[in-house]
Amino acid sequence: MPKSLTPRLQDLKVEIEGYAKAFGLDFFETIFEVLSTDELNMVASYGGFPTRYPHWRWGMEFEQLSKSSEYGLSKIYELVINNDPCFAYLLEANAEVDQKLVMAHVFGHNDFFKNNFSFQHTNRKMVDEMANHGTRVRRWIDKIGVEQVENFVDVCLSLENLIDQHAPGIKRNPDPKKVEEQKNVRAEGLRVDKDYMRPYVNPAEYLEKQKKKLADEKAQSKKFPERPQRDVLAFLLEEAPLEDWERDILSIVRDEAYYFAPQGQTKIMNEGWASYWHSTIMTTRALRDHEIIDYADHHSGTMAMQPGKLNPYKIGIELYRDVEDRWNKGRFGKAWDECDDLRARRQWDKKLGAGREKIFEVRKHYNDITFIDAFLTPEFAIEQKLFVFNFNDKKNSWEIATREFKKVKNKLLQQLTNFGQPVIDVIDANYENKGELVLSHKHDGVDLDPNFARETLRNLQLVWKRPVGIITKGEGKSLLLRHDGQSFTEKKIEL
Amino acid sequence: MALRIDQDHSRFKQIVRGKIKQNLRKYVQQGEMIGKKGKDFISIPVPFIDVPHFKYGSRESGGVGQGDGEVGQSIGQGQPQPGDGQGKAGEGEGQHVLEVDVSLEELAAILGEELQLPNIEHKGSEKIVTTKIKYTGIAPTGPQSLRHFKRTFKQALKRQIAMGTYNPDRPIIIPVREDVRYRTFKLQNLPETNAVILYMMDVSGSMGDEQKEIVRIESFWLDTWLRHQYKGLETRYIIHDAVAREVDKETFFHTRESGGTMISSAYKLARDIIKADYPASSWNIYPFHFSDGDNWSADDTRQCIEILKGDILTDCNQFAYGQVESPYGSGQFIKDLREQLGDNEKVALSEIPDKDGIYTSIKDFLGKGR
Repeated sequence: MPKSLTPRLQDLKVEIEGYAKAFGLDFFETIFEVLSTDELNMVASYGGFPTRYPHWRWGMEFEQLSKSSEYGLSKIYELVINNDPCFAYLLEANAEVDQKLVMAHVFGHNDFFKNNFSFQHTNRKMVDEMANHGTRVRRWIDKIGVEQVENFVDVCLSLENLIDQHAPGIKRNPDPKKVEEQKNVRAEGLRVDKDYMRPYVNPAEYLEKQKKKLADEKAQSKKFPERPQRDVLAFLLEEAPLEDWERDILSIVRDEAYYFAPQGQTKIMNEGWASYWHSTIMTTRALRDHEIIDYADHHSGTMAMQPGKLNPYKIGIELYRDVEDRWNKGRFGKAWDECDDLRARRQWDKKLGAGREKIFEVRKHYNDITFIDAFLTPEFAIEQKLFVFNFNDKKNSWEIATREFKKVKNKLLQQLTNFGQPVIDVIDANYENKGELVLSHKHDGVDLDPNFARETLRNLQLVWKRPVGIITKGEGKSLLLRHDGQSFTEKKIEL
Repeated sequence: MALRIDQDHSRFKQIVRGKIKQNLRKYVQQGEMIGKKGKDFISIPVPFIDVPHFKYGSRESGGVGQGDGEVGQSIGQGQPQPGDGQGKAGEGEGQHVLEVDVSLEELAAILGEELQLPNIEHKGSEKIVTTKIKYTGIAPTGPQSLRHFKRTFKQALKRQIAMGTYNPDRPIIIPVREDVRYRTFKLQNLPETNAVILYMMDVSGSMGDEQKEIVRIESFWLDTWLRHQYKGLETRYIIHDAVAREVDKETFFHTRESGGTMISSAYKLARDIIKADYPASSWNIYPFHFSDGDNWSADDTRQCIEILKGDILTDCNQFAYGQVESPYGSGQFIKDLREQLGDNEKVALSEIPDKDGIYTSIKDFLGKGR
């Protein structure tokens, strides 16, 4: 059972919260709960929401977490939920210094949740919403049966990543009324008050051109959907022949995917920010003399890097520090960029002291992609020993391919684009006039995993209930992969 | 304490074992974590189900890493997953890694589930109680024999620092009476469940390698199950042809003698071992006997039954006899036992025609829950 804070921990919370506020962090009210290892593993398995709908994959997570904590391979220190109030969990068995570290870390996350633009659309009462989802799914299970419901959840999970990662900030489908108005304007030409001006403002050939364009557009609008739609799940919700219960479950999976999406898009920034603050708060305020060894040990454990993996904690905290340092010293802007003198660059210090302010601004307006794009510098890449690795078929092993800055940055950005997922749109829901659904994969140099594509199509077919396909590329050729429920086919096509 | 997750957890395990949801079977993958146990690196299996997504084929993609190394230098075999992920990999790559497949505990659970074995009712488990002393803490008072030197000196050091009489250059610590700390203990009553398995096997000329193989496999499973049921299980091994002797495990499974068979010799030895080492009042006793059913004489068989009736059956939880089919044996012994003791509920008899028969045989032996 979750326990509330002991008086001692409560005192620590007040103390650390005070430091965090004094540093200018701005966060939701935070509620800490203390859990045993098993309970913390459980809550973590549920993605932080103990009231979620029943599903085997939480059990799978639990198996992994409990095995790895049992064998001492890893340990969850902290768990924090984007919610208002913000819930955070502490491990009962942790030493006091760890609890302080975790608390400081949590206030960092909490500030990030509240302020970063990616999170602005997320439901801040998600704890309640998740519980509602749980109730809804349980009700369907009672009514329809656990096997059927769970099977459909599995199918939905297979399509879970087919959402428009950036949609909440963008209106993709314009208001139809407005579109109609604009069309009229375009057909009749621009508004002219004085008749004699008409031929000059709207010459005949211009009007002709507009008409043709409109006709083209009309032809296009017979297509369905009119333009590629990236939120495949929304399209399925609206257009697929689903039972009520199926629609409900699909919408739950979609809602939760959108809730978690920003956390995927800001992993480096979020962890980096929280680490920056636990480090700052602990080393300048909260740490007591006798705690310093343990703190250093645990902090360096979190920051450890290993070959072939990029530690978001490490890269994030270092990048924030680098930005802070650069803005403190004025190492940005035209003069800095154009300076070729190495010695001058090394000694560059304008004593601006604007670093802190800058990183607060960065944490508000950037996500991982823009963060890396804007602030990753060649100096930083060298200092952090970044490299690109590739698979060497001959040696059957992964090896360091290059340390060239441009390539490192490109690879990094490519990994982060669309949260590391392939970009996929619905382009046709009536393919060859047979009611078949066709998706299109925007090929960016990396092929889809063919086995996974086949299995995913099979699942998509279960939702669409007619044959489905995806246009992609394999080894440089355009391909249509198609599944009709019985069999899978693959054919080359000309686009 | 039962957790909410238990339901989802057991459902996951059932899927992995292929009990339910066959449609997910093909997505089950065998992951592993590298852990450390003492000096050895161990591989801990973590099965997982990879629900299919549209995703990039990983080999072509590579990724960005961080650390030292020349261009072209290998960063390890296998498949590091690009992207995030925490946890510490075992350092010291290329070291000897032991496989721990499924833990025995888990194996026993699967066995029990698979064969629907009842849990064993321990004999007199409530009655048999031992008292154990457990050191639970530190107190400022206690008997001299329980003085805790380290804590005493620590206490003295603290006091001296607080009083300002400690000099780091001349680190002398003198505990006074108030500094002395003692261990404290609690008496705990532990219900004791002791169990012993007595394996007996016929190693006469008619028992071939295949027969022994069957015995070996079967005893492994019996062992696993009983270990799951009892803490502190002991095993003893007896081989016999015309005479019986006690041996170690290695010898038990690998000896091949020749000559005649007198089963009574083994039973006599078993009886003596029980009498000497395992008083029936505090031990759960499981004699298992494997043979090809060829006994020397009807006389000897009669003697066997007498020993069973007179001593072994009264002392043990269950007496089990498994008869392995062999081209040389007559297979008479099990018939005699069935005739004489078939209605005794402490006797479990089973015929094992071949390796496939092990499954049902285990059920015969353990299905009674004794």
